Amino acid sequence: MQHTAHRLLDVRQDFPILAAKVNGKPLVYLDNGATTQKPVEVIDSIAQYYQNTNANVHRGVHSLSQMATDLFEESRRTVRQFLHAQHEHEIIFTRGTTESINLIADCFSRAVLRPGDEVVITELEHHSNIVPWQMACQRSGATLRFIYITESGEWDLSQLDEVINTKTKIAAISHVSNALGTINPVEKIIAKARQVGAAVLIDGAQAVNHMPVDVQALDADFYCFSGHKLFAPTGIGVLYGKESWLNQLPPYHGGGEMIKTVSLRETTYNDLPHKFEAGTPHIEGVIGLKAAIDYVHKVGFDQIQQKEQYLLDAATERLLGLPGLRIYGTAPRKASVISFLIDGIHPYDIGVLLDKQGIAVRTGHHCTQPIMDKFEIPGTVRASFSFYNNDEDIDRLIAGLEQAIRILS
Amino acid sequence: MNQIEEQEKKLIEEFEFLGDWMEKYEYIIDLGKELEPMAESLKTESNKIKGCQSQVWLFPSKKDGEIHFSADSDALITKGIIALLLRVINHQEASAIAAYDFRFVDAIGLKEHLSPNRSNGLVSMIKQIKLYALALQN
Repeated sequence: MQHTAHRLLDVRQDFPILAAKVNGKPLVYLDNGATTQKPVEVIDSIAQYYQNTNANVHRGVHSLSQMATDLFEESRRTVRQFLHAQHEHEIIFTRGTTESINLIADCFSRAVLRPGDEVVITELEHHSNIVPWQMACQRSGATLRFIYITESGEWDLSQLDEVINTKTKIAAISHVSNALGTINPVEKIIAKARQVGAAVLIDGAQAVNHMPVDVQALDADFYCFSGHKLFAPTGIGVLYGKESWLNQLPPYHGGGEMIKTVSLRETTYNDLPHKFEAGTPHIEGVIGLKAAIDYVHKVGFDQIQQKEQYLLDAATERLLGLPGLRIYGTAPRKASVISFLIDGIHPYDIGVLLDKQGIAVRTGHHCTQPIMDKFEIPGTVRASFSFYNNDEDIDRLIAGLEQAIRILS
Repeated sequence: MNQIEEQEKKLIEEFEFLGDWMEKYEYIIDLGKELEPMAESLKTESNKIKGCQSQVWLFPSKKDGEIHFSADSDALITKGIIALLLRVINHQEASAIAAYDFRFVDAIGLKEHLSPNRSNGLVSMIKQIKLYALALQN
């Protein structure tokens, strides 16, 4: 049964880097939570753009600029469909999830938050969904409140009615935990936020590559993700925002493209989405993002989810067979991310010895120090799987860990 | 050749006898396990060098013109590399330590551990060793 699932999807040949050798061994890439590899369509789209179309967008009357602009705006349409947003102008291109969150946190601190207001985040957040809100609260005098997590790495929502209240202006929450893999019940926070009139920002960096997302069905006010975790180039990200919110918020960066008229003393701002896209954008990143989303659609989320669930279940079972291994993050609903420690062994040592065997995992606190503090550990080893991983990767991981344990004991 | 260079040369020769990566790391890990224990009372917050991944504690003392460092780490491989570093520089004069560039780390194929990307505390440790050596010169 399990092996049937495995045979459903074999796309390794689409990803040239997976044929690479590292330290003399065939690469086993299990650091997909940090960044995903790129299919040949994405790599080609970037080369094609520079060979055939390179020009600045939204400003030239010449044909090349028009072609580049068409490709650029086609990508915005693709992202709109991908997130099922209502309008194309609700899709803002940014540098990544981090910039998307900083944009909203900064604009909220200037235009919405006042002393006495509250902002809610959770203990499960990546530093990039913690620090911008600490900064926003410092600037505005608002108070930061927290939803804590349980031993299994899930939100403890028992205090939800108290934490999210009429003082709450925004809750900033992750869809999927990068460190533990928990798929969070964001709909519960959104439902509560609707009762008290608060906005909700969802950090979808670890979700969009694993599952289809519908921002209208979720009723999210803001949804952020990074292209590079979705098989697209680095340096390109997305901020989805409801039209009403984006119109209400002030611009973030000033510069070209985001203006209608400029005099020496004042400026009128451009309409959405350009109001939030100052300067020449990351054009080839935007074009590569479209190629990546097209690729994901071609493979299909049904296939992706089936394969990743198989990999998660198989790897979890095999890992738990190793003596002294403990998994952190044991929620029933998880993305294909496994964080673990082995009794008496520091994660750094495991990471180094796996690397020597050509196996790439992430070790450390995964930019989630509050989670490590909660479990009182220095960090974990994190193996994060994508649909191009396979049984052999799991075999190599297990053999690599057995070797590391032998050397370190 | 000064004493640091002599120590360095011996160490490089030792590593030439080791075969593949596994033998090398087994040796480093053994050295880590044998590292002179650091007194728990010295593992204070102010003696801690925080890496992103592993942590290092470092404390210097000076006797008869020679510098002695005690150090430890929570990760075994980091600890083994500390043992290598200390073997070369311990019981030397402060001025020699301050001027030394830890060339051997590259020569024995462990340069990656001193890359800032590793964030294991070793880069900061070497900086701290040099600062201590400069401060203890007189």
